Amino acid sequence: MTSRKLLSEAKLWLVAIPILLWTLIPIYHIFLFSISSKDSAFSGALWPDKPTLRNFSTVFRQENFYLHHFWNQIWNSLWIALAVGAITLAVATCAAFAISRLKVRGGRTVMNAALFTYFIPAAFLAVPMYKAMGAYGLLNSRWSLVLAMVTLASPYAIWVLKQASDKLPWELDEAARIDGATPLQLFRLVYLPLMTPSLVAIGTYAVLLAWNEYLYAFLLLSHENTIPLAVGLGHFLASDDSPWEILMATALIYALPPAAIYYAFRRYMVGGLTSGAVKS
Amino acid sequence: MSSIVLPGVQPASPVEPPRKGLTTWQTWGLILIAPYLLVFGVFVLYPVTYGLWLARNPATYLRLFEDPVFFRTVVNTTLFLLIAVNLKFLLALYLSGFFIHEKRWIRWLSVIFIIPWAVPAIPTIFSIRFMLNPEWGLVNSLIFRLTALDGPNWLTNPQLAMAMAMLVHIWKALPFWTLILMAGRLAIPKELYEAASVDGASGWQKFKYVTWPSIRTLYLTSTLLSMIWTLGDFNSVYLLTGGQPADQTHVLATLGIRYIRLDQVDQAMATIVVALPFVLPMVYFMMKRLSIDDQQKTS
Repeated sequence: MTSRKLLSEAKLWLVAIPILLWTLIPIYHIFLFSISSKDSAFSGALWPDKPTLRNFSTVFRQENFYLHHFWNQIWNSLWIALAVGAITLAVATCAAFAISRLKVRGGRTVMNAALFTYFIPAAFLAVPMYKAMGAYGLLNSRWSLVLAMVTLASPYAIWVLKQASDKLPWELDEAARIDGATPLQLFRLVYLPLMTPSLVAIGTYAVLLAWNEYLYAFLLLSHENTIPLAVGLGHFLASDDSPWEILMATALIYALPPAAIYYAFRRYMVGGLTSGAVKS
Repeated sequence: MSSIVLPGVQPASPVEPPRKGLTTWQTWGLILIAPYLLVFGVFVLYPVTYGLWLARNPATYLRLFEDPVFFRTVVNTTLFLLIAVNLKFLLALYLSGFFIHEKRWIRWLSVIFIIPWAVPAIPTIFSIRFMLNPEWGLVNSLIFRLTALDGPNWLTNPQLAMAMAMLVHIWKALPFWTLILMAGRLAIPKELYEAASVDGASGWQKFKYVTWPSIRTLYLTSTLLSMIWTLGDFNSVYLLTGGQPADQTHVLATLGIRYIRLDQVDQAMATIVVALPFVLPMVYFMMKRLSIDDQQKTS
């Protein structure tokens, strides 16, 4: 019996070890480069002879050609992500409340329009969006990226918030109406407090989506002072002899905040995604 | 903009029975839904209409079809969808069975397993890109150390480069779909498996007669949705190969952007329009599915 148990445990490890390697090697490789000197990084070593934090100090002091605007770019990333989070939250919460609780006429049609936007591949929408942003004169303004990301984040946000808000008991609305509450009072005093967990999840979703976005960012913004860090990272590959060890140190700094936020809110994120994205 | 926005508000009948003060509530409903309508009108409806109008000239399509890069791209995209998505789902199906084991260390492993999904695309794809560098990359230096042979030029051979882009895509998206299929597996009542065990069913039989029938719909819907989204996977290809060598490794998503970079926006739009006959039915099907689910839940 014990040998059979051991065998089944060994079988599990036989799956687990490849998963672990497959998942972690690219991540470890970033970390390895960020603490290596250029020579050590390019030698293919699995661990540097002399681990160093020089790359990070180079980044923080903006001492590399590609990093002259590092702090500016990280500020842009932050500003854009927070603006997208706030605006998406405001737009989507109002829409979900109107569709789900106020049963506004045409709500279904609006929901379908939102779902359509959600399912269309984002890279396909990028081309017309680029052209339209040009027509609006918004190209190279951070607002163009903010508004584009709000457009991409809102549909899923509305869908999830509508699902969550459909589950709230109708009696609350009835009671509020009988007490003579206005729609705004219902929204502010009943709806928002009850929806807080979903609102946190959706806000996080929108912030991460905007922080991580590359395609729209590099399409809509090209001026050194307006680009977020994602586009700045892309610039490293402009030449063949890029300082990869510094690129990886910057990339690590860029990747840590969203990863930390994702894990902090993982319970909400996974639950929200699994219930929202696909239904069996 | 209101002229574009308003038509969406007209149709559909009120779901709720009429009540006192309906007009105030409806008015507030319209006010609260207006911001999203504005966003949709200004940043989806108008751009798409404008884009389609730009791509109205048949000559644009002729030029597109004459571009040898386009033909290559269509082949690449088709292979990408068929191979990468299906391989990803077979792996996700298998791994979802692994990760539902109720062991503490497997739960910890699942936390690690999500990392590719949790971190942004650029750092990890660049990391893999350098790992595949023929001279200095980790992969080829390991191959050299183990076999004393030079490894292949992973990213300068078009076929290999496409294969690597598929691997990058799978690396990034596998955790998400594994989670989805895990949720499907966890929803299956345990009694079914217990009953199957009593009847002496083998592991394969349990999968074939209990697991698969329960998650088949989820599996197929997810595959379809993933195909739509993979069509828009710009990062896995662009950040790894940039379409190189010689524009041999583009997919539709990156080709559209390439045309924009070349200042041929009408051609970029045409690239997308060509894909619409395949994309729109899939999108329509997904929307149908979701709204049916939605109706069942609310009724």
